[in-house]
Amino acid sequence: MSVRTVELALATPGVDSEGHATRIPLGVAEPPGAHFDEDFGAEHLLVNIGPQHPATHGVLRLVVELEGETVKRVIPHVGYLHTGFEKLGEYRFYNQIIPLTDRTDYLAPMANNVGLALAVEKLMGLEITERCRVLRVIACELSRIISHLVWLGTTGIDLGAYTPFLWSFQERERVYNLQESWTGARLTPSVTRVGGMMADIPDGWEDGLREFLRTFPKTLREIDTIFTRNSIWIGRTQDVGVLTREEAINYSLSGPMLRASGVDYDVRKDRPYLGYEDYQFDVPVGEHGDVYDRYRVRLEEMTQSVRILEQALDKLRPGPINVDDPRVILPPKRRAMSDMEAMIYHFKQVMEGVKPPAGEAYFGIENPKGELGYYFVSDGTAKPVRWRIRPPAFINLASLPRMCEGALLSDVIAINASVDIVMGEVDR
Amino acid sequence: MTAPVTPAAPGAPASPSVDALRTEFGAAIERHLVSCGDTIVYVTGERQHDVLAWLRDTPGQEFDYLTDVTAVEYRDTERPLEVVWQLRSLGRRADLRIKLALDKRQPLEVRSVWDLWKGADWLEREVYDMFGVTFAGHPDLRRILMWETYAEGYPLRKDFPLRGHFSRAEQTRQALAANPEAHYSLEELSIAEAYAELPKDMQERLARGERGFLR
Repeated sequence: MSVRTVELALATPGVDSEGHATRIPLGVAEPPGAHFDEDFGAEHLLVNIGPQHPATHGVLRLVVELEGETVKRVIPHVGYLHTGFEKLGEYRFYNQIIPLTDRTDYLAPMANNVGLALAVEKLMGLEITERCRVLRVIACELSRIISHLVWLGTTGIDLGAYTPFLWSFQERERVYNLQESWTGARLTPSVTRVGGMMADIPDGWEDGLREFLRTFPKTLREIDTIFTRNSIWIGRTQDVGVLTREEAINYSLSGPMLRASGVDYDVRKDRPYLGYEDYQFDVPVGEHGDVYDRYRVRLEEMTQSVRILEQALDKLRPGPINVDDPRVILPPKRRAMSDMEAMIYHFKQVMEGVKPPAGEAYFGIENPKGELGYYFVSDGTAKPVRWRIRPPAFINLASLPRMCEGALLSDVIAINASVDIVMGEVDR
Repeated sequence: MTAPVTPAAPGAPASPSVDALRTEFGAAIERHLVSCGDTIVYVTGERQHDVLAWLRDTPGQEFDYLTDVTAVEYRDTERPLEVVWQLRSLGRRADLRIKLALDKRQPLEVRSVWDLWKGADWLEREVYDMFGVTFAGHPDLRRILMWETYAEGYPLRKDFPLRGHFSRAEQTRQALAANPEAHYSLEELSIAEAYAELPKDMQERLARGERGFLR
């Protein structure tokens, strides 16, 4: 037995005849390039990322052409989640489209509901009530907070930081609890109706929101502490995926992507809707247009959303949430069951729907992802001729190949995360 | 052509850009109307690209931002299909909607504005994918939301049934028979030098020039 062991040891490199490891001096054993394949460097490698990959933030597929570790080209493939929402909308009453908007950008569903209601109200020339405006501002800003929290958490995970993910999802859960107690649904609230809201906030809801607003900034400060001056975070994000001011405009970017590149445009400030001109808040604008600036812009936007929400709670006065127009708003159930006229309106509402006049309207709101626009063409019937969603995430994602040119493969993950896509909206 | 849309909010003033456009382009500006406060200008196909370039580059207009590109088809089958450009001037905070009416009996083709705005890239691909409008001058016009071999037509056209042209059984059969390799574009395959390893039918399809060119 022992003889065989020695024979094996002799045949094993790195072990001498007595079974001890031979010590090879550190350094190069043979001249560099002795076995170097001339064509090796010239060959481009094709790497497929996704569609089932956690770092693509949904069913996005990227085909990356690499030279070594440098990205020569990125070819994105979208459409895996295509549902045909715009087509479906042409077969539905205006109020029936609201549940579809929940499912486009499913990380900020309440803001989508608000955008759709505002677009139809523009088409009809409806003026909504004061309480409804304030409630919609609350809905929009809560959506901004939860959407940015998802972005922050998942981007942190992509770049190797797990703890902020837990913090941000914990806070997000509290907003979802508020959303659930208001609308009855966590992910698909369908909170608005044309001309008003699905429901008023329940008793005590304001106290819950105030409690959230009191404690949430502490989490934001903790996230700020762990990220903003973190050398790993800075190394992974600064000067990565840079888009200049001119490029950002030329690529039709919107939202935090546009502002991180130094363009001071926010629909809430420049095209105020829902009375945003009466709120005191600042719009953060970046300088470098890189991933780090996009992070700073989104983090600051959450702080500003807290400011807006505090002011909105102060503005919230008792009053009606729906317009006083029986052709648009369903009568209360009790009246519909006891009053003949109310029952007729109820019947016509349910069977025939809201009928805007013939015409067309585009309305854009500042969604967490960017400018979400709804474009309606009506021929005077209860169903739109055309319902177009201007999808901010889709248009922002179109700049991905430009941003990834010359970056490293690992930067592709950071850049893709910084776009803040949600595939439900990209593919619609 | 049937009567134009009745504006929902009549009496609203039109954008001052309309007068400037009429002065500059004359008969190339077919008509304009105001709906819900939005100004809509119809242009002719010959000058559509010039109008958009002029609006972008002329001082005083400065529509530097392309908000959206889309198309509208009406339920009235006689009515032309419209391609819509939503323009915005970020500095002046002004919007303008440019439309081009396309006769559906003719090939649906317009000039691409990709050379003016890179943001038009995916938007034009989507209009092509959903409506079948081709954009001359687009560098990479192919389907974007539907897959490349999708054969049922253009989903947002009014003659397209909600459930598609094919039966559910046929759709299922095609989905199960799909070749995953077919989801690689020719461009990608040529980078990977995988063309020779492709199945015969796909090689033939690519060779027919259904898609791009082989480098």
